[in-house]
Amino acid sequence: MSSFFSIVLAAILGLLAVASATGFILQRRATEPGSVATVHNLNARIRSWWIMVAIFGGAILLGDTAVVVLFAFLSFMALREFWTLTPSRRGDHLALFLSFFVVLPVQYVLLGTLWYGLFSIFIPVYAFLILPAVATLTGDVNEFLARTARVQWGLMLTVYSISHAPALLMLETGTPPALLLVYLVIVVQLSDVFQYVWGKLLGKHRFSPNISPSKTLEGLFGGGASAILVGTLLYRLTPFSPLQAAAVSTVIVVAGFFGGFVLSAIKRDLNAKDWGYVIEGHGGVLDRLDSITFAAPLFFHIVRYWFTT
Amino acid sequence: MGEEEDASRRPIASRSSSWAIALVRRLLVLFVRIMVGARSEWRGCTPDLRRRIYFANHNSHVDTVAVMAALPWPVRRLTHPVAARDYWGTSAFRRFIAEKGLRAVLIDRKPLPDSNPLEPVERLLEEGCSVLIFPEGTRSSSEEIAPFRSGIYRLACRFPDVDLVPIHLDNLQRILPKGSWLIVPITCTARFGKPLRVEPGEGKDAFLARARAAVIELADGKHIA
Repeated sequence: MSSFFSIVLAAILGLLAVASATGFILQRRATEPGSVATVHNLNARIRSWWIMVAIFGGAILLGDTAVVVLFAFLSFMALREFWTLTPSRRGDHLALFLSFFVVLPVQYVLLGTLWYGLFSIFIPVYAFLILPAVATLTGDVNEFLARTARVQWGLMLTVYSISHAPALLMLETGTPPALLLVYLVIVVQLSDVFQYVWGKLLGKHRFSPNISPSKTLEGLFGGGASAILVGTLLYRLTPFSPLQAAAVSTVIVVAGFFGGFVLSAIKRDLNAKDWGYVIEGHGGVLDRLDSITFAAPLFFHIVRYWFTT
Repeated sequence: MGEEEDASRRPIASRSSSWAIALVRRLLVLFVRIMVGARSEWRGCTPDLRRRIYFANHNSHVDTVAVMAALPWPVRRLTHPVAARDYWGTSAFRRFIAEKGLRAVLIDRKPLPDSNPLEPVERLLEEGCSVLIFPEGTRSSSEEIAPFRSGIYRLACRFPDVDLVPIHLDNLQRILPKGSWLIVPITCTARFGKPLRVEPGEGKDAFLARARAAVIELADGKHIA
């Protein structure tokens, strides 16, 4: 892997060290209950970031297979969080079983064996036709259309979309494909972090209290602009020119924002605050990957269409 | 979780267990943790080593293991689920899983006249153990919670100083519904509610309705009463 990547890695670890130190100082200063809770949550988030960076970085260093297995596992966790909150009926049982234990593994095997043609249609064509067909066998027509939509949307978001992030490893662009994945993850996640930080520091105007009460216009624009700036500076991880990197990171940031937003809307619809509980301070796996669900397929196809050799 | 054994404090019923059975128990709990999460949410009380009667809604074969997995280890060690002999006693394998793996006590759902099917449960409580019962008597096949059978009332009257802790298990219906052996790995949460006891002069029907309402309340509006 390139020496520039080593610099990026060092910068991420340095940033985390600064964040941990800041969190430690804030913790000693915070006195009133409200700010104590905020700082406590901030420190939980930072601790979790260390673990997430270690897991993701470790998988990248171990190689492609490890990355595919990691994302298959993340999809599994996300699908499970989706169905823990989403209602289903007895008639969906077989379709859900197949989602977890057939569709998800097949999608990642297709990815691992670089079978792009079937990878790109397996879920939206075959799974989407077969699963409702299977569901009819139980004879339960109650809310059939809505139930079918939920089964398909769950797979679409948590398996199909998320699998497009490791799918970047398939692409021959002249740069190491793992760096494209690193680039996507850095821009998407930094956009979330910057939005959080800008929102906490300067946030005044609520963007959409109905869907995501903590999102503010200041956070959105400040965070988005900061992430695009970093995405532009990191152009050397990619086959892009600086200008192209700016345009691509804008797409990633906007898509990522809507990913988070759409998944928040679903959470509100299901009366839940978080998707899960496995990542301390962040909620569930799907709370952390919500932006990826929209950004990954777009980024994948931009790179595949314009930048593959 | 402290895993140290203190032989003198162990209840009589589990004193005979070997390391192999202890391993089976651990693996069962681990398997359930991986498959269904089995998180606990202590709403109306905290884990406690005093003897208690836990009672929960019953939707699937995983229910018993899910509650056991949700209990902290020292509490789990003292708690014996009550299971139906006509199901769990029918083969050597089921019997092993129930009696050894889960420390269950098997009772007859259709007892002979003049016999007390709850006798083994009462003996455990007398020894200072906790028990877990499913007062619906059988797994319900819908989301609704069936009316409670009277056994829980008889136990409550027989042990008036023991807390009865309501538990609501969500999602298990969808994880392993009646009539299916395909486990869908949705996660489940065991919510522990506020303990209750039989009040002076409270009749059977009133108590059973109150106990059932306590479980329904923990469902957060997911069931129709």
